[in-house]
Amino acid sequence: MAEEGEKKRVLEMVQADGADEGCVTFVLHDEDHTLGNSVRYMIMKNPDVDFCGYTITHPSETKINFRIQTRGGVAAIEPLRRGLTELSDVCQHVLNTFQARVNEFKERQEKPME
Amino acid sequence: MSATMNNVEEIRNRVILGEFGVKNVHTTDFPGNYPGYDDTWDMSTFQKNFRIDMVHVDESSMEFDMVGIDAAIANAFRRILLAEVPTMAIEKVFIYNNTSIVQDEVLAHRLGLIPIKADPRLFEYRNTGEEMAEEEGSEIDTIQMQLKVKCSRNPRASKESSDPQELYLNHMVYSKDIKWVPIGNQADVFADANIGPVHSDILLAQLRPGQELDIVMHCVKGIGKDHAKFSPVATASYRLLPEITILEPVEGEKAERLKRCFSRGVIDLEDVNGSKVAKVVDSRLDTCSREVLRHDDLKNLVKIGRVRDHFIFTVESTGILPPDVLVTEAIKVLMSKCQRFLSELDSTDME
Repeated sequence: MAEEGEKKRVLEMVQADGADEGCVTFVLHDEDHTLGNSVRYMIMKNPDVDFCGYTITHPSETKINFRIQTRGGVAAIEPLRRGLTELSDVCQHVLNTFQARVNEFKERQEKPME
Repeated sequence: MSATMNNVEEIRNRVILGEFGVKNVHTTDFPGNYPGYDDTWDMSTFQKNFRIDMVHVDESSMEFDMVGIDAAIANAFRRILLAEVPTMAIEKVFIYNNTSIVQDEVLAHRLGLIPIKADPRLFEYRNTGEEMAEEEGSEIDTIQMQLKVKCSRNPRASKESSDPQELYLNHMVYSKDIKWVPIGNQADVFADANIGPVHSDILLAQLRPGQELDIVMHCVKGIGKDHAKFSPVATASYRLLPEITILEPVEGEKAERLKRCFSRGVIDLEDVNGSKVAKVVDSRLDTCSREVLRHDDLKNLVKIGRVRDHFIFTVESTGILPPDVLVTEAIKVLMSKCQRFLSELDSTDME
C-alpha cells in the first residue's frame, strides 16, 4: 500500500503476507524519537491496541519502523490515525494554555508598574 | 511532608531515587496494566489535570512548570526547541579579501555561529534544487550582510606606547562591524526591524596595520538538526519536581546533619517542644544529589523521589526570538508533524 511515483515517500505500510489488517508496520521517513515516542505513547493509551512500538533502524538513516498490533479485528491504521489526531489535540490544548498563562503573567508584571 | 502513599500509587506517579539505582522510571499507566484503573486516553481528564505555571519570564530566558503531561511529549517539546525551530544564520561567506591571520574557513565558521536578529517566520527556506542556476538567492529567503574592515596605524599615537588600543585603528573586528545590505524590497519591509547580529561585542578577528577583511555573507533559514548554528536556544532543558518525604521524626543533631545533606532552603528546623525537628520546606530547590543516602544513620529516615508528570522547563534564548515565542513555535512544529502524517494517511486512503 506504499505510494507510487518519484515523489519522496514519507509514510509506507509493510504488511506480512497472510497476516490480517490488524498487524502492520509503518515506515515513517524523516522522523526520529521526537515524533516516534510521543505517537507511541498516544497509541498505547488506546485500549484496542495490543502492541505498539517503534525503532530507529539505523542512526544514520532518518526513518523509524512503527509497529501496531490491534485486537478485536480493528484495522491498524485506525489507532495510528487516532493517535496522531489526539497528539495534535494535546498540542493545541498545550498551546492555548501556554499562551493564556504567558499573557496573564505579563499583565501581572505590568500592573505593579502602573 | 504528606503521608506516604500506597505502593501502587507510588509506582504510577513517582520515580524513586535509591542508593544504587533509580526505580519506576518508565511510564506504566497504559490500559490493562493496573486492575481497577481506567487508563484509556481521555481528553477531558487530561485537560482537567493539565496546567502550566510561569515562574520567571524575561527577554532572554524563562522558567515554567508543565504539570500533568507525559515525559514522551515533554521530551518532544525539548527536542524540537533544540533542533527543529528554524532561525536565520550565515551560511554562505564570499571572501573577497582576507589578509588577516585568521584562516578563511575558521573565520567563516565563526561567522556562521553568530546569532542573527531576524524573525525567521518572515522568510522562506532556500530551495536547494536550483542552487546551480540561482546562486544569488532572492529577497524572500536570503539576508545579505557585509563585513569590510581595514586596520591601519594610528598617526596620533605617542612614540613610546605599546598599547594596541592606542597604536592601531580597527585592530579588533567585532560583530558590530557586520552591516546589513538590504536586497530587493527588504529595505521597505524591514525598515524598522534592524537586522543584524544580536550581540555587537562578539570578537571575530584581530588585525594589524595593512591587514583587511572584505567579506559578503548570505544568511539563510535552517534548523538545528542541519547545523547547530541554527539552534535558537542557548539551551532548553527540563527536570522533574523532586519530592522529599521524611519517614519518621528527626530531631536534634541528626536534624542538623539532615539539613546539610540537601540544598539550602529545602529542609528547615522548627522548634517543637524544645527540640529542633526537621521539616521539608521547599523540595523544588533540591538538586537531588542523594547525599543523604551516603550516611548510614540518615538514609532510612527519608525517601527521595521525583514526581513523574511535573516538568520544570528552563528555556534560554540566544536573543533571536523571545523564549515564550520559541516554546509556541516548538508546539506548532509538533502539531505540523502530526498534520503531515494525517494528510498523508488521508491521501493514501482516497486512492
